Amino acid sequence: MKLKKILIVDDEPNIVMSLEYAFKKKDFEVFIARDGTEALEIAEKEKPDLVLLDIMMPEMDGYETLKRIRENKDLKHAKVVFLSAKSKEKDVEKGLKMGADSYMTKPFSIKKVISDIEELLA
Amino acid sequence: MSNYAVGLVIVLYLAMLFVLAYFAEKNPKGKWISNPYVYALSLAVYCTAWTYYGSVGIASSSGISFLAIYLGPVIALPLWIVIMRKVIRISKQHKISSIADFISMRYGNNRLLGALVTFTCLFAIIPYISLQLKAVSETFSLISAKDSYVSTGFFDDSTFYIALLLAVFVAFYGTLSTDTSKHKKGIIATVALESILKLSFFLAIGIYVTFFLFDGTTDIFNQARLQENFEQLTSFGGVENGFNWLFTICLSFFAIFLLPRQFHVAVVENDNESYLRKAIWIFPLYLLLFNVFVIFIAWAGNISLSDIVNHDYYSLLLPLQQNNYGLALMVFIGGFTTVISMIVVSTLALSTMVSNNVVIPYGFIKTLVEGNPEENTKRIKNIRRVAIFFLIIIAYFFYVKFSAQLSLYSIGLISFVIIAQLAPSFFLGLTWRRGTARGAEIGIFVGLAVVFYTLLLPIISHAIMPNVTFVEEGLFGYSWLKPAQLFGVDYLTPESNAFLWSISLNTLSFVAFSLRTKGNYRERNYAEMFVNHENYGNLQEGGFIWKGEAYVADIKRLLSRFLGEQRTNRALRIFNRKYNISETEEKADARLINFSEKLLTGSIGSASAKILLASVSKETPISLVEVLNILEESKETKANNKLLIEKSNELSAMAQQLKQANDELRIQDKLKDEFLDTVAHELKTPITSIKAASEVLEDEGMPPELRNKFLENISRDTDRLDTLIHNILDLEKLSSNRTDLDIEEHNMSKTIQKAIKGVEQIASKKQVKIKFSTKDKVLAAYDEDRILQVLTNLLSNSLKFTEPHKGRIKILLEDLKKEVLIAVEDNGRGIPDEDKEYIFEKFYQSKNQNVKKPQGSGLGLAICKKIVESHKGTIVVHKDFTNGTRMIFTIPKKQ
Repeated sequence: MKLKKILIVDDEPNIVMSLEYAFKKKDFEVFIARDGTEALEIAEKEKPDLVLLDIMMPEMDGYETLKRIRENKDLKHAKVVFLSAKSKEKDVEKGLKMGADSYMTKPFSIKKVISDIEELLA
Repeated sequence: MSNYAVGLVIVLYLAMLFVLAYFAEKNPKGKWISNPYVYALSLAVYCTAWTYYGSVGIASSSGISFLAIYLGPVIALPLWIVIMRKVIRISKQHKISSIADFISMRYGNNRLLGALVTFTCLFAIIPYISLQLKAVSETFSLISAKDSYVSTGFFDDSTFYIALLLAVFVAFYGTLSTDTSKHKKGIIATVALESILKLSFFLAIGIYVTFFLFDGTTDIFNQARLQENFEQLTSFGGVENGFNWLFTICLSFFAIFLLPRQFHVAVVENDNESYLRKAIWIFPLYLLLFNVFVIFIAWAGNISLSDIVNHDYYSLLLPLQQNNYGLALMVFIGGFTTVISMIVVSTLALSTMVSNNVVIPYGFIKTLVEGNPEENTKRIKNIRRVAIFFLIIIAYFFYVKFSAQLSLYSIGLISFVIIAQLAPSFFLGLTWRRGTARGAEIGIFVGLAVVFYTLLLPIISHAIMPNVTFVEEGLFGYSWLKPAQLFGVDYLTPESNAFLWSISLNTLSFVAFSLRTKGNYRERNYAEMFVNHENYGNLQEGGFIWKGEAYVADIKRLLSRFLGEQRTNRALRIFNRKYNISETEEKADARLINFSEKLLTGSIGSASAKILLASVSKETPISLVEVLNILEESKETKANNKLLIEKSNELSAMAQQLKQANDELRIQDKLKDEFLDTVAHELKTPITSIKAASEVLEDEGMPPELRNKFLENISRDTDRLDTLIHNILDLEKLSSNRTDLDIEEHNMSKTIQKAIKGVEQIASKKQVKIKFSTKDKVLAAYDEDRILQVLTNLLSNSLKFTEPHKGRIKILLEDLKKEVLIAVEDNGRGIPDEDKEYIFEKFYQSKNQNVKKPQGSGLGLAICKKIVESHKGTIVVHKDFTNGTRMIFTIPKKQ
């Protein structure tokens, strides 16, 4: 069975480190980007099954990144999940409206994140 | 010339006037019709045939005394403009349409007084109109061929038909509206044109006589000097004659206010008060031009013409003598023009007075009240038309019967003396509030009686009973009662004599009876309004004082009789809207009474309007105290209004401030929300990190190095949280000024060195050089810990944003007069221009809300700013510094 590819996009290295460890443990192939621009490059190359996307990042923010991913025909099958500290109802609404497959808020439980994502990819 | 040809010219000329009047009426607002020049020119209706022909006659036989009649208006014009402005304002406010209405209203809409004034005007003006007709008739016969048909009775007298044509003209254009206060643009336009024509023609004949018949003014003078009476013609006479001059000047001054035609053109037809400013120079200039050639024509006539011709007509006879018929016809038309403008305006003014001040108030009110609107309009117009015809016909018969012996000049002066009898009640009425109707009536009556005795009786007795001797010997043989030398004053001309005594006794009676009688409340109210006109302007509806009981329905019924249902409803709707009165209001108040009175005054005169309104309302007298109270109240209202306006301005200013404060609060509130959002976000990041790390640490199979790494992360995130919380609290403390600064004098150089030492380790690790050239002592008073905090913050930022190895940081310290200036600059990536303004705001985020700013810049600069400001210093980012960032702050040396 082919490993599921996940791209984690976040500018907080400490958070990324924990997520990376946890996903690898669950047999994901994990890629990491520190901002939107980098994320698009990697996504183009690796065609991840899922992008775990922070919203507030330097340079290109999460919304813009999502828009670009959706515009890219090669990335049609990629699921995108926001993982953000912006936790107000309207933020969640906005994220989903923009086309994200799911919206998870920080702080999060890693177990829950992983189980939700596994469900999404099933 | 054939008199048919002359007749034809007259008819054509009149037809032209009809057409001009028609176009002026059609387009009353046109710039050719409604302008100050037309107004000023219409004032020149003052110049009649008396001026056009009579002046020459006087100049040829008695010298320059004719000038007095023009000097009066010229000298008095500055005063004229002051009084006129007041008269015009009052007249406009009350819709006054004649001098009779003006005087009658001043004394409480007094019906008798209005009628008395009207009769005075009739006495003064009708003979004057006949003299104008006489001038037309005589010049007509002069210019028409000697052998042509000579009239024998009035049915074949051309003057009669001319008079009738004029009556038709006035009757048509003067009664287009029942409201006499409405402007009659057609008539005024023709009068203005006529003023231009008569002046041009007179100047033309003057130039012709002086420069064509003679060799200029010197030539005439030289030849005239040889005449026997020349001395007398050019001297002013002695002191006695000085009095004659003085009285004539006074007389003419009164005349420009009181002559019905002058009042009509100057007051009733005035469109705009500002026209007075043009009139004040055009009118004197006009009079001056008109008199330039009088003396030369007179001298030329004396030289060239035989003594038996009528001296008045020199200007016509001189060209005729040269067989210059064209010029003679022009002079004739000029004279004719002069006559018709006088007759037209005079009859118009007189007919208004006769209808509004005599016929309607004394005979027709009852009929009018019972009639319906259409009938009333027709009836009022017909009264006026009949009056016009009647006046002109009376004048014509007067001319036929009596005018044979009188010259234009003497009739003109008599007319002035009679009209001057209105002066005390008019002028004193404007300035003296004690003047009463009774006083005015008796004054005018006494004045007229004196004029009759001193001026008219001698003429009449001379004509009718030549053998009666009282004129020569005095009444009952008392020589001091000689009419022309009353009280033994024997050096005055009959007119000056009459003027002196009539006006003195008139004034005396007016004052005496005014002091003796106390006018009724209505008189006093109007007196107050006329005299204290400015103050009454404050009262609503033109300052009307009335107390009593009246019903709107009655007043409405009354109004619609004169205005018609539709106009009445419209007027009342406007009135109600203006004063915010309910349509269903049943009781009428003073304002409605006054409003209605004004509406009616234009149509039927003020006295009738008063009587009519009195018939539908029950008026209760107001005492003087109440009047004064109302005036006080109006003053108070004005003061209160002023106060209210001030208050309301204050309030709106306050509201503005409140709004601003509110806006500011809202912005603050929004900022606070944003701040809290950002704080929450900032706190969430390390918490998320800690939570995630602790979750993965549960995995027991984690290699120890990695486990240590995660633990280290947790520890660092905890520090981050701690710093963040500390900073938030610090900023909060600084913002609310709750920090106590520990201010002491320090050496800034030392402080900077301390700050450098604090970051040295990081700097050397990153291999960034920090340069600071130590200066001597730079002393300033500040809290050293706090300033260290600022410096450290700035240095940390610089370290953060400069590249390792290449980074350079430089600190400058300037010792200024009153403050010290510190600049921290680096060669790092710099701050984008659009962000420079905002970097000192807490958690500033660049335009794109979701783009995260570099870590650590959230509160540091905001805190720095607060610290510097609490030292009364300033901190800025140098805007033009492009090779990185330069932050500059100052601290005053003394706190």
